Amino acid sequence: MRVLVTAKEVLTVEDKFEVEETTIADQYLNRDLNEWDSYAVEEAVQLQEAGIVDEVVAVTIGPEECEETIRQVLAKGADRAVRIWDDSLEDVDLLDVGAKTEILSAVIEEEDPDLVLTGVQAGDDSFGATGVSVAEEIGYQWGAVVNHLEHDLEDAASVRRELEGGVEELTDIELPAVLTIQTGINEPRYASLRGIRQAQRKELDVKALADLDVDESVIESELELTDMYEPESESDVTTWEGSPEETAAELGDLLRDKGVAP
Amino acid sequence: MTDVLAVTDHRRGELRDVSYEIITAGRQLADETGGDLHLAVVSGTVNEFAEELNREGVDAIHTVDHGKEFNHDVYTQAITQLYDELAPQYVLAPNSVNGLDYAPAVATELELPIVTDTIDLETDGDTLIATREMYGGKVETTNELEGSAVVTIRGAEWPAAEGTGDASIETFDATIDEDAIGSTVNGFEEVGGGDVDISEADVLVSVGRGIEEEENLPIIEELADALDATVSSSRPIVDNGWLPKNRQVGQSGKVVTPDVYIAIGISGAVQHVAGMKGSDTIVAINTDPNAPIMDIADYAIVDDLFDVVPALTEEFQ
Repeated sequence: MRVLVTAKEVLTVEDKFEVEETTIADQYLNRDLNEWDSYAVEEAVQLQEAGIVDEVVAVTIGPEECEETIRQVLAKGADRAVRIWDDSLEDVDLLDVGAKTEILSAVIEEEDPDLVLTGVQAGDDSFGATGVSVAEEIGYQWGAVVNHLEHDLEDAASVRRELEGGVEELTDIELPAVLTIQTGINEPRYASLRGIRQAQRKELDVKALADLDVDESVIESELELTDMYEPESESDVTTWEGSPEETAAELGDLLRDKGVAP
Repeated sequence: MTDVLAVTDHRRGELRDVSYEIITAGRQLADETGGDLHLAVVSGTVNEFAEELNREGVDAIHTVDHGKEFNHDVYTQAITQLYDELAPQYVLAPNSVNGLDYAPAVATELELPIVTDTIDLETDGDTLIATREMYGGKVETTNELEGSAVVTIRGAEWPAAEGTGDASIETFDATIDEDAIGSTVNGFEEVGGGDVDISEADVLVSVGRGIEEEENLPIIEELADALDATVSSSRPIVDNGWLPKNRQVGQSGKVVTPDVYIAIGISGAVQHVAGMKGSDTIVAINTDPNAPIMDIADYAIVDDLFDVVPALTEEFQ
């Protein structure tokens, strides 16, 4: 059984930052493996360790600079990786769900996995829609927001979907399927030194859109990002100033006034 | 004219709040160009739901009586067929867990663009301008798209529709291909009952990512002891296994309404805020004065929690 897992290098933003037109100025940005994807990677590796899965293939859409992040995924246990990049993607502000769906679907058709694991969403653009969209495109079954997967996969995946308000839905999903993985499903591991050494020797295949028979026109996003700004604060908060002892005393007085503290 | 088809959300026999909010969002879009607002009610006790949803501003309610609970294949088939029948400009769906389980499939099936988790919308009939957040709520963005689209709306951003409407209620005879249904719901389970019910607490001392390590949790527990309060948390603390699931406040955890909610090292992601904004008094202790939690806090201490929390504990010992 083969599992394909999507792993996106996302941009994270520091507490203080400046917006330049429709992007955040580069000096305030850091790069990291998407948090949700790190849980998807861990789930895939655990399936392999349980002897359920023979091969874990990581897939990313990203420039050469993201290879360090993808090597991390290999170091955690993925067997090989495919990175898709194309000069035509260089100046794209926002790759929308439709474009990602076309590109990832082409890879999935080529790799023919039994199970695809993706993060529920990406921490930067937060669409939360690509996994389900890909499943529909390639004719796989799917489940969104999965926070438990039984590791005895045969013809179906038994999952729990995390609904709102502390309710979980217990569902069986026929394979092949795409599952979007919620944080908390497992505890993502750190890469071991041995894993990091081994990752250097693992296959990291780079493909352009033409290699996947994907037409460049797919990246002409139908959604155009036209403005970006910091949200206006609606705050009317009273901020206590002073030393920790002084501010703690203010809060202490408030709690005593409300009758909720001794 | 901008006709809108808005899909409602229900679970275990009850309509969810976003079903009334999506009427407001849909009516607003339809009004901007004088179009009609159609609602879709799929599965469950559709006729009862339709009566309840017949509020001011709804032109037609289409019921699809198939199955008791949510199934994404039934929803996808029913809504794509309704789209073909009604030819609306926009399909609106809630950005709920279930909304995200069918709306992207509907968009793909109909070859339409999708824009998710919107917090504001406007249209001139051709162009949709959608406002949404990126980078965990640190920025807002405006996004434009032409033509028809599938749009999901964030809960609690539009007021619930009120008043009684005079919509036509029509049975939509969707052709559901049973062979295409590849998933079976076997049941539901409430999670994290456990020893403590945080929704009953008068005072919650709630901890977030700012606590950094599990080893630091005792300073929070000591404060809670000194105040005779209950410890709760934001999602990352539970994801890390540092506290059990029954302590989680938020959209996927518990909704709480204590007299005092002390948010310690919690930035205030929208999913968390959804679970605690009804607290009577909210106090935030956070190093970042621009953290979203400050927007809803009544009082704040902008300082290192590792200095303030022990000082506060000392106040009461």
